Amino acid sequence: MQDQTAQTARPHRSTASVLLEFLGSMNLAITLLVALAIASVIGTVLQQNQPYTGYLIKFGPFWHEIFRGLGLYDVYSAGWFMFILVFLVTSTSVCVWRHTPAMLRDMRHLRTKVQEKSLRGFQHQVEGEVQQAPKAYLAEAAAVFARQGYRTKIEDHGDHQVLAAMKGGASRLGYLLAHVAIVVICVGGMLDSKLSLRIAELAGQLKIETRNVPATEVPAISRLGSGNPSFRGSVEVPEGGAANVVFLSVRDGYLVQELPFRIEVKEFRVEHHSTGQPKSFESDLVIHDPDLPEPLERTIAVNHPLVHKGIAIYQASFGDGGSLLDLGIWMLDGRAVTPFTMQGRVFDSYPLETPDKTYRLELMNFSLFNVRPTPTDDGGTDLRNMGPSFTFRLREATGEAREYENYMTPVMQEGRLFFLSGVRESPAEPFRYLHLPAGPDGTPARFVTLLAYLNNPVIVDAVIEQTAAIAFDQATNADPEARAQIIASMKRLVGLFAAGGYEAIAREVETHTAPERVEEVAGIFIRVLHTALQGIYMQVLAEEGIDAPSEADQVFLEDAAITIGALPFYGSPFLFQLTGFEHVEASGLQIAKAPGQNVVYLGSLMLIVGIFLLFYVAQRRYWVWATPTATGTRALLAGSSNRNVMEFEQEFAGLSRRLLPADVARDAP
Amino acid sequence: MSVTREVMELEAPGLLRRLTRIDWGWAVLVVGATLYTLIAFGARMDGYQIGTLIVSAAGGTWLGRFWKPFRTYAVIVALLSLFGLWRYGGELASADGDFFLKYLVSGQSAVMWMCALFFMSTAAYFAGLFARSDFTLRVGSALTWSAATFGLAGLFVRWRETYLTNPEWGYIPVSNLYEVFVLFCVITGLMYLYYEGRTRNRAMGGFAMLVVSAAVGFLLWYVFDRGAHEIRPLVPALQSWWMKIHVPTNFVGYGGFAIAAMLGVAQLLRNRAERVKPQGLLATRLPSSVVLDDLMYKLIAVGFAFFTIATVLGAMWAAEAWGGYWSWDPKETWALIVWLNYAAWLHMRFSKGWRGAPMAWWAVIGLFITTFAFLGVNMFLSGLHSYGEL
Ligand code: HEM
Repeated sequence: MQDQTAQTARPHRSTASVLLEFLGSMNLAITLLVALAIASVIGTVLQQNQPYTGYLIKFGPFWHEIFRGLGLYDVYSAGWFMFILVFLVTSTSVCVWRHTPAMLRDMRHLRTKVQEKSLRGFQHQVEGEVQQAPKAYLAEAAAVFARQGYRTKIEDHGDHQVLAAMKGGASRLGYLLAHVAIVVICVGGMLDSKLSLRIAELAGQLKIETRNVPATEVPAISRLGSGNPSFRGSVEVPEGGAANVVFLSVRDGYLVQELPFRIEVKEFRVEHHSTGQPKSFESDLVIHDPDLPEPLERTIAVNHPLVHKGIAIYQASFGDGGSLLDLGIWMLDGRAVTPFTMQGRVFDSYPLETPDKTYRLELMNFSLFNVRPTPTDDGGTDLRNMGPSFTFRLREATGEAREYENYMTPVMQEGRLFFLSGVRESPAEPFRYLHLPAGPDGTPARFVTLLAYLNNPVIVDAVIEQTAAIAFDQATNADPEARAQIIASMKRLVGLFAAGGYEAIAREVETHTAPERVEEVAGIFIRVLHTALQGIYMQVLAEEGIDAPSEADQVFLEDAAITIGALPFYGSPFLFQLTGFEHVEASGLQIAKAPGQNVVYLGSLMLIVGIFLLFYVAQRRYWVWATPTATGTRALLAGSSNRNVMEFEQEFAGLSRRLLPADVARDAP
Repeated sequence: MSVTREVMELEAPGLLRRLTRIDWGWAVLVVGATLYTLIAFGARMDGYQIGTLIVSAAGGTWLGRFWKPFRTYAVIVALLSLFGLWRYGGELASADGDFFLKYLVSGQSAVMWMCALFFMSTAAYFAGLFARSDFTLRVGSALTWSAATFGLAGLFVRWRETYLTNPEWGYIPVSNLYEVFVLFCVITGLMYLYYEGRTRNRAMGGFAMLVVSAAVGFLLWYVFDRGAHEIRPLVPALQSWWMKIHVPTNFVGYGGFAIAAMLGVAQLLRNRAERVKPQGLLATRLPSSVVLDDLMYKLIAVGFAFFTIATVLGAMWAAEAWGGYWSWDPKETWALIVWLNYAAWLHMRFSKGWRGAPMAWWAVIGLFITTFAFLGVNMFLSGLHSYGEL
């Protein structure tokens, strides 16, 4: 603070005044600004408000507990963060409170009680002689200052006269506005924050619900009445459905906020660009409010919310509202060649059984459009719609589950069609995709048949005997023992391959062969395996009525062999093929009541005005000290400015030339 | 004689008497263009658009009076843009056969010219500094003006191109990373030119243009590696009036911070040169520490003021699009961090009177923080601000 008036040192100060001084000190202000910045960095580096299991996996149990204890998963509502904010507000308030009187005085007051000596100490001062008498001279000088927009005051001190001039007092006002604005914004923000919930929670009047239960079953201790002055939550409403509550997410759980009206979603629409990207999201809402003579109908869209009773309803997202899916279930364990079918609804779960295990199929989501960047031929990327997909979880009896994402239509890759199915162990991972070649009929039938044959000992044995027979008929020295041995190893290879793909064979070779022969033996094994696979594949083709495989058929076998190798990682005995759907959409609404919003906006306006005044209004002061001499007046001109030194220097030079024309040479530096 | 002239200046004649014929001409031009737009297209504009047009016209009139060279700039940009629109006619396909579109004024060609010219201006400024050649420095200024001209005209033509690509897609091109990088280059170039005019010192041009050149380098990589210049429709959240004023305002802030940081670099070099080689080039040709210090403050002040407005506008947009004016989303939070950083900087300067090297270093660090807020957040942190993912 350049203004020393507030800082007159007193010998004995009370604790309160020391405390106030500390609270209003610049060092504290800067420390707080920096502390707030660092806390904010933490909040962005660590993704906030994610499922706790994700954190647990990422950091391990030890750090997870520590981070959770420090509130790092929800930094911005953590106690210590609130503490910094409250501290900042207090400090700024104290600062404003302490400086306001001096600032106001400084803004209005023209100081005429100055010492000649102190004026001489100014960086900008110049002295000279003029012919007029002091009174007339100062009157003229006052007129010059007035034309420049200065307020002036002349005071007669007997042996000398002083003219004080000032402009730009608003600069001080800028300080006040900018700093009061900080307090106003923080208070407004706190009105809308979760602070009150936090207090209610600490007082034991509120408990965060962490179970996944329907809203109606959430107990009263986790519910907030419709009188709650501020909240912000979200709810998904399926088309044709309605909601009278929203969910406020808090750390790893949620609270149920009751609304004073019921929101019905009549229709939800997504319009798409020709590229498949969404162009607009809209919901036709009907507000059923007992206070309204008739239901209120409105359409909301992104960037176009509806406000009713101070509660704003935003189009925030969209999701599935429980679409009905037709599924074909193909067996990947080789036990059946034809799919069985079922119908399921998104969000429901269904039992599934194989002879040795039971599973639960949990249908999670359906999405109609999937626009993904795909590489183009010329090296760039293009956005392409991959068509409908659905996600589901397959849960084993032990509770373990994997998540899958299947696309309805096969995708084209290098001229061949593949069914895409992504799999992952946890939501934190990206999906890894299984590419399953589609047969000429556009279904997985050929692949599944191949798998079934490969797992069918009768077929495998027959094919191998036959292959061996042909091979040995051609050979001249048929040795029955060698022949039996070869047949046995072929069977073993096919068995290994059916169970574990190429990798199983590689492992087999590595464990049973001297390292220097691995390559050679692997080569032989692969050739033998391919002969057998080819034989089995011919059976599959024969079933389809094909005797002479085309080149495409041959490529299919190569693709299929790779896919078979990937099946152990896929981890599901089923392939779910989406064959049809009845789409039901849900509109994702964000619903908020933010009484602090206008307070924050007011604060923002004050802040902007304050900052501009602070930066662009320079407070300038001038003094002219005039003493009579024999021939006229000796005048001392001094000035100071708190901003824009360069402009001030120009002005000072101009003024000194105007007011002391004879003494230009005596300009001070 | 000089005394009387000073006196004249100090007498401050009324505003009207101070206006020259060119001032009037400029005002008439801006008002005329605005009226024409209103008459020709007013029926198709909504309240926001008409309001924006009128406020821009007032701003343009004021800016032209306050900063004279801006008028010539604006007229040339307008002519170049109109030329581009005229060559297009109403067909995107015109670009394939038309020489001027292909090599000069299609959005992408103009931007490529901008890139080349900024590189050249950086080189010219440095050459001028090292060869002690005022002429070369003036060439640097001229190149910077040309680069800013092509950049802005490129954005205007691109605006039209978005509609030509697909009438339903059309948008003001301040929406993806490619467009905002062009905007950054133009705004930073212009801000630098303004201060160059004010200080009449071109020696620091190379430093200021270095940061623009870095942005241009990124832009070129982004175009050639990722095809960023291709026109794509906007996602619904970006279809907002707030966004269109939020982004340019932000870039005045970023531009100010960027130039301030480069002046910080210049100041640090000069300080060192004064110690090591007092008669050398840097110590004698670069503006004095006091001037650099003052300019650095001015740029940070302007940047801070506009960044504050931009953040408030962003909050208002968020309130409309996401249902909350502040969500502690990483982008928002980093804006706050940048803001707090410069608030602390300003406090240090004003209340502790810090000057010189520490403040210069701080301004340089500030640019890293700003860059992270601008780019790093999109690359490394996930959040609601999904535009321009790399
Ligand atoms: C988030 C919090 C704050 C912000 C954004 C802020 C912002 C500003 C700004 C922009 C200036 C103008 C710098 C200039 O003069 O050019 C300023 C000046 C100042 N601030 Fe703060 N401030 C904050 C908190 C505080 C606090 C807590 C204090 C009190 C301890 C404080 C004390 C001052 C003082 C004494 C000045 C100098 C006024 C003058 O002499 O012109 N500020 N502040």
